[in-house]
Amino acid sequence: MHQFLQQIFSGFAAGAIYASLALALVMIYRATDLVNFAQGEMAMFSTYIAWTLVNAGLPFWGAFLMTIAISFAGGMAIERALIRPVENAPVLAAVVVTIALLLIFNSTAGWIYSYTVQDFPSPFPDRPVFGALMTTRDLGVIAVTLVMLLLLVVFFRFTATGLAMRAAAQNPDSARLCGIRVGRMLAIGWGLAAAIGATAGIMVAPVLFLDPNMMGGVLIYAFAGALLGGITSPVGAVVGGLIVGMTENLVGTYLIASQLKLTVAFALIILVLVFRPNGLFGTAIVRRV
Amino acid sequence: MAPILELSGVKAFYGQSEVVHGIDVAVEEGGMTVLLGANGAGKTTTLRAICGLVKSEGKILFAGERLDRRTTEAIAGLGVAHVPEGRGTFVGLTVEENLRLGGYTRLSAARANIQRMYGYFPILAQRRRQQAGALSGGEQQMLAIARALMMMPRLLVLDEPSFGLAPRIVEDIFAIIERIRQEEKVSVLLVEQNASLALELADHAYLLETGYIVTSGSAKALADDPQIRRSYLGY
Repeated sequence: MHQFLQQIFSGFAAGAIYASLALALVMIYRATDLVNFAQGEMAMFSTYIAWTLVNAGLPFWGAFLMTIAISFAGGMAIERALIRPVENAPVLAAVVVTIALLLIFNSTAGWIYSYTVQDFPSPFPDRPVFGALMTTRDLGVIAVTLVMLLLLVVFFRFTATGLAMRAAAQNPDSARLCGIRVGRMLAIGWGLAAAIGATAGIMVAPVLFLDPNMMGGVLIYAFAGALLGGITSPVGAVVGGLIVGMTENLVGTYLIASQLKLTVAFALIILVLVFRPNGLFGTAIVRRV
Repeated sequence: MAPILELSGVKAFYGQSEVVHGIDVAVEEGGMTVLLGANGAGKTTTLRAICGLVKSEGKILFAGERLDRRTTEAIAGLGVAHVPEGRGTFVGLTVEENLRLGGYTRLSAARANIQRMYGYFPILAQRRRQQAGALSGGEQQMLAIARALMMMPRLLVLDEPSFGLAPRIVEDIFAIIERIRQEEKVSVLLVEQNASLALELADHAYLLETGYIVTSGSAKALADDPQIRRSYLGY
């Protein structure tokens, strides 16, 4: 029983990471109607930036905040430079751009930092709590994810910019008629996604260790989480991510070899797409033709 | 009085094809001008050209500023509020969120303006937390007008506010438009299929046919024009 609970809770911690990255996917999907395949590699690259800053002697949280800011600006720049030119092209063109970005970030990171696995410091101590059901590090990661979700909900619900972003995603022409600069809103969406992804990368790096391929698996779980929650819903992304984390852990422990864990994510993706394409919290997108 | 909006030789495009072929239209400051015409005459395209939503050529002057070549959001910022065809409601957002979006260019006054709009449209206050998509057609039209007024515009551009509404609701909507025009001191450019109602309220009227203005003049003169009576008023 203890082991079972332990698996659930450690799955919860892993799920928090998937949830963060799923949040980033949802952010871009809502802003630009696009699944960003480069989300994981962008997060990985941000984590390297944080690693460089920490190695340069910055305190952890200082490096963290600075990385968030750099990632936000970088995300906006990517939207401006690479996504906007294919804005009106068929969606496949934009998807190919994000796949190209994935490869570019992966190879650039390998070229600058080499493919050697690096240690990454954790800001949280690693002590068992709750009768060894969890560690303080797990708690820290979960807390960071929940704080991030809370900030996003407040941002989208109560600030003028957050509301304008929702409006721009929902009805761009109408948003323009309200005086909203839709292009800038899309760029902010990409910036936010990059910043959220950076947080996920920094949180997962102490566990997975830092190397250019570290986010590959995480991105698949995040996809599964985002789809399960409904790719249009931030709350759904977090709930979906947490469920995926727990399922993956339990199935990997009790049902199949842990090497096969990734198949759980794919199975989930297929099940969701077949039986509940809008996910748990998502809304169907109706397109008039 | 000087016109607040003046179109000279304006051509407007629907996609690549020219559907408005060089028209002159003026809206007097504080006045109400109506564009009449059959479906496909180019009325909506003219309005969309004013707001920069479609490609146009020619000169569009608003309160001394050129509107052509400006972006839609910049035109909105200058004080031109457009209630588009189909109302442009943000259906997934609440009524109050829709109003807040209308006030995006006037953030400091938004709170007071929302209360003022609830004064004009008490039903919106009752439904403030509901999804805008759940409102009836008439309520959505009220919301669209209120959203436009949140911008504290100098010119209100209305594209068929009567569309799809029951006659009694149409009368309510036009009564409130008339009241708002007086109280908010806003000029109005209206496109309307319901010609008799529009000609009653407007002071100026233009008749568009296949992209050309074929008749224009005071609303009274057009209402008395036998050809217009036959084609558009039905008597």
